Amino acid sequence: MDIFLQQILNGLVLGSIYALIALGYTMVYGIMGLINFAHGEVVMVGGMVTVTVVSALLGMGINLPALALILIGVMVAIPACMLLGFTIERVAYRPLRNAPRLAPLITAIGVSIVLQQLAILVWGRNYIPFPPILDHDVVEIFGASITKLQVSIVVLCFVIMTALLVVVEKTKLGRAMRATSQNPAVAGLMGVNVNTIISTTFVIGSALGAIAGLMVATNYEQVHYYMGFMIGLKAFTAAVLGGIGNLGGAVAGGILLGIIESLGAGYIGDLTGGFLGSHYQDIFAFMVLIAVLIFRPSGLMGEKMADRA
Amino acid sequence: MTVSVTTTPPANGKKVLGFLASAIILAILPFVVGNAFGNSWVRTLDFALLYVMLALGLNIVVGFAGLLDLGFIAFYAVGAYTFALLGSPHFGIHLPFYITLPLGALIAACFGLLLGTPVLKLKGDYLAIVTLGFGEIIRIFLNNLNAPYNLTNGPQGVNLIDPVSVGGFSLGKTHEFFGISFNSVYMYYYFFLALTVLVVIMAWRLQHSRIGRAWVAMREDDIAAAAMGINIRNIKLLAFALGALSGGVAGGLFASFQGFISPESFGLLESIMILAMVVLGGMGHIPGVILGAVVLTIAPEILRDVIGPLQMATFGKMIVDPENARMLLFGLALVVMMLVRPEGMWPSKRRKAEFDDAKKGH
Repeated sequence: MDIFLQQILNGLVLGSIYALIALGYTMVYGIMGLINFAHGEVVMVGGMVTVTVVSALLGMGINLPALALILIGVMVAIPACMLLGFTIERVAYRPLRNAPRLAPLITAIGVSIVLQQLAILVWGRNYIPFPPILDHDVVEIFGASITKLQVSIVVLCFVIMTALLVVVEKTKLGRAMRATSQNPAVAGLMGVNVNTIISTTFVIGSALGAIAGLMVATNYEQVHYYMGFMIGLKAFTAAVLGGIGNLGGAVAGGILLGIIESLGAGYIGDLTGGFLGSHYQDIFAFMVLIAVLIFRPSGLMGEKMADRA
Repeated sequence: MTVSVTTTPPANGKKVLGFLASAIILAILPFVVGNAFGNSWVRTLDFALLYVMLALGLNIVVGFAGLLDLGFIAFYAVGAYTFALLGSPHFGIHLPFYITLPLGALIAACFGLLLGTPVLKLKGDYLAIVTLGFGEIIRIFLNNLNAPYNLTNGPQGVNLIDPVSVGGFSLGKTHEFFGISFNSVYMYYYFFLALTVLVVIMAWRLQHSRIGRAWVAMREDDIAAAAMGINIRNIKLLAFALGALSGGVAGGLFASFQGFISPESFGLLESIMILAMVVLGGMGHIPGVILGAVVLTIAPEILRDVIGPLQMATFGKMIVDPENARMLLFGLALVVMMLVRPEGMWPSKRRKAEFDDAKKGH
């Protein structure tokens, strides 16, 4: 039972990070119908920048409390990623808005490769450890343990996700975003500046990505130029699982996927009599994805959509 | 009233001449390249032919049938592993290539059906992401199936794979014909060339058949196609299976040529590379796809040789490591190409027209 609860808690931490990244995918997909393959790389840049800034501050002998250091780091990372997201949309996606759907997908892959290679240029190919400022105090919940850091990751994720939902549902900007996602042409006729809205969506998504990057970095205590790829893919899976284009769905999908994954990794050995081990963790996301798309192609919370070829 | 119907165009002197010329060029190409630049470049030519086969296979799925597949490398992997496991010391089995190669292709085709069946209803991006997941699942299994029973030898891969050979005549050795010595890479070149020609003919015949027209109809509008009596399920599965078949053949050839395979060779980046060959070449257009495959195989090799010395010459030291610069340029090329010429380097007339329409905002 302890193990079960422990896996649920691990899954919750992982899942809230997935959810935060999934929001970035789902917002862009909802508005433009485009898989922003480069979003995982934005997350990676966010993590890299945070780690670099924190290390640099420590290197200069500035001994602030850990929280303040991380806060400064992420305050640099967020604008950096926002700028990155804005540039990606402007350069790689906007000119192709009316092109056949394969074209933006290929540019997205191209941008993703370019960002990875630039990251190698700047930060090298090795894993960069997070500076040893994190505390590892453990909280016990019914026999399962979770670090305070992980608790704060989950809490922060929920705060941000709630804030985003409020923005999208209650503000004028949110209304414009929803209108654009339903029909850009008509939204334009109603006085919505579609280009600005799309840029804003990318910028918001990238800011969330930067925060997610920080969380990945603190959770695994290391960053790497390739870290955005797998986590981006899984977050996309989470977005599809919840019903792509649906913000609440992305959150639910992310958390569900995180829990499925950690339960799966925890129990697959017992279930298959030791034939498959926990190193098969990564296949669960894809198995879930395939199953969802077969049995409920619109996702758990998605509305029935017309065919999007 | 007489109506003259010509079912076949009259044998065109120019066409025959062009055909002969390209045959001769292809036949002497390895010698020209080998003598001018060394045998490693003949090896690159061999790889170019492998990639032509792969790209033509993917072109059936993506170009003809319009099904975006980001996990195509899985079929290559299946073909390669079938060949390797049945012709290497790993299990001590040494079946001849004329059994393992078709078997690998067949198993790859079965995997094509395995992938195709659940995704019949999916389209566009969803299909892309599921196929991507499928490719990753295959790779993860190849990477981990070394315990508890050692099937694939895990990340270490399979070594000492048998070269293609018939009754003691092995392509892995140097042979002499007419007083000219043919190195192993030359032998493989001609073998690959023959199979590539077969794959080209297969793709060509398919494109201009009833099936090919059904694929086009489905690509353009599947509901209208179904209304015209096309069995969408069957032709979709056929596209996946036939594409996978070519992938499987290329995989088997890769295994025998390289003598060593590991899961590392079958990552997502390879799938993207092949897709890029198809798209940058000109989707659905066989000559375009061949061009794409050749350019994307040879250009990186040229860059590999050029980037290092160029940096030494201009800056006096290495600023960017060549592998890094190569990938950076590849990524940039993908982006720039899609922005400037989304229809590809050498598109078919039909595809070009579609893109021109799209540009006008229809």
